[in-house]
Amino acid sequence: MNSVGSIILYAIVTLVMVVCSVLTVTTRKILRAATYLLFTLFGAAVLYFMLGYEFLGGVQIAVYAGGIVVLFVFAILLTGKPADNAERLTAKSTFLGVFAALAMLGVGAWALCSRVTRMLTGAAMPEKAQETVDQIGEQLLSSGHGGYLLPFEAISVLLLACIIGGVVIARKR
Amino acid sequence: MEITLIFWLVPSLIMFCCGVYGFITRRNMIAMLISLELMLNSVDINFALFNRYLFPGQMEGMFFSLFAIALAAAETALAIAIILNIFRKVKNVDVQGLDTMKF
Repeated sequence: MNSVGSIILYAIVTLVMVVCSVLTVTTRKILRAATYLLFTLFGAAVLYFMLGYEFLGGVQIAVYAGGIVVLFVFAILLTGKPADNAERLTAKSTFLGVFAALAMLGVGAWALCSRVTRMLTGAAMPEKAQETVDQIGEQLLSSGHGGYLLPFEAISVLLLACIIGGVVIARKR
Repeated sequence: MEITLIFWLVPSLIMFCCGVYGFITRRNMIAMLISLELMLNSVDINFALFNRYLFPGQMEGMFFSLFAIALAAAETALAIAIILNIFRKVKNVDVQGLDTMKF
C-alpha cells in the first residue's frame, strides 16, 4: 500500500512528464522545446529518486539537465533566430508523424496489454537494500562475476574519442 | 492503491511516441536531436523500472541506464559539433535545405 503522499507525487511526476514531452514536440519555438525537454528530464530524475536510485537521479540532473540541455541552448542561439516560429507543418508530414507515433503506441500498448494481469497483480515495489555509492563503485570497477570493468573502460575510450572528434569537427578552419 | 509497474510504463511509452512524432515532423536538426533525447530518456526509465520492480536485488538495469546516459551525452556533443559546422558552411540547419554532400 502506497502512502497518499507518494501517490500524489506519482500523479504530479507523470503529468509533468507527459504534458512536457507532448509540448516539446508540438511547440513551434525551438527554445521553448529545449525548456520543455528540461522539465521532462527533471520529471525523470524525480522518478529515479522515487525508485530509490539516488545516484542515477543525481547523474540524470548533472549530465542531462546540466550538460545536454545547456549544450542545446548554446547550439540554438548559435544557429539562428530563436524567437522565430518554425514554419507550419504540411498535412503530409503531420499525417506521417501521427501515423508512426500511433503505430509505435499500438505495438507498445499491445505488449503491455498482453502482460497486464501479471503487471497489475504483480504487486507493489519490492523492498530492496539501499545500495551505497560504495557498492556501485565496487561493482563498476570489478572484473569478476557481474563486474562492469570492460564496459567502463570502453566508454572512457569512447568519451575520449568524442572529445577529440568534437574539437576537430567544430574548430574553425 | 498500489503503484505497480504498468503505472510507470504508460507515461514512458507516451514519451517515446512523442519522440517518434517529433523526429518525423521536425525540420530543424536541433529539434530532431531533442526528439531523439526524449526517446533515449524513456528507454533509460524503462531499464531502471524493470530492474527495480522485477530484480530488486541486482543493479544491472541501473548500470545500463548510466551507460546509456553517457552515450547520449557523447552522441549529442558530436551531433551538435557537426550541426554547427554545417551551419557555418550553408547558414541553414533545416534538413530540407541540405542536399549537397560536398561543398
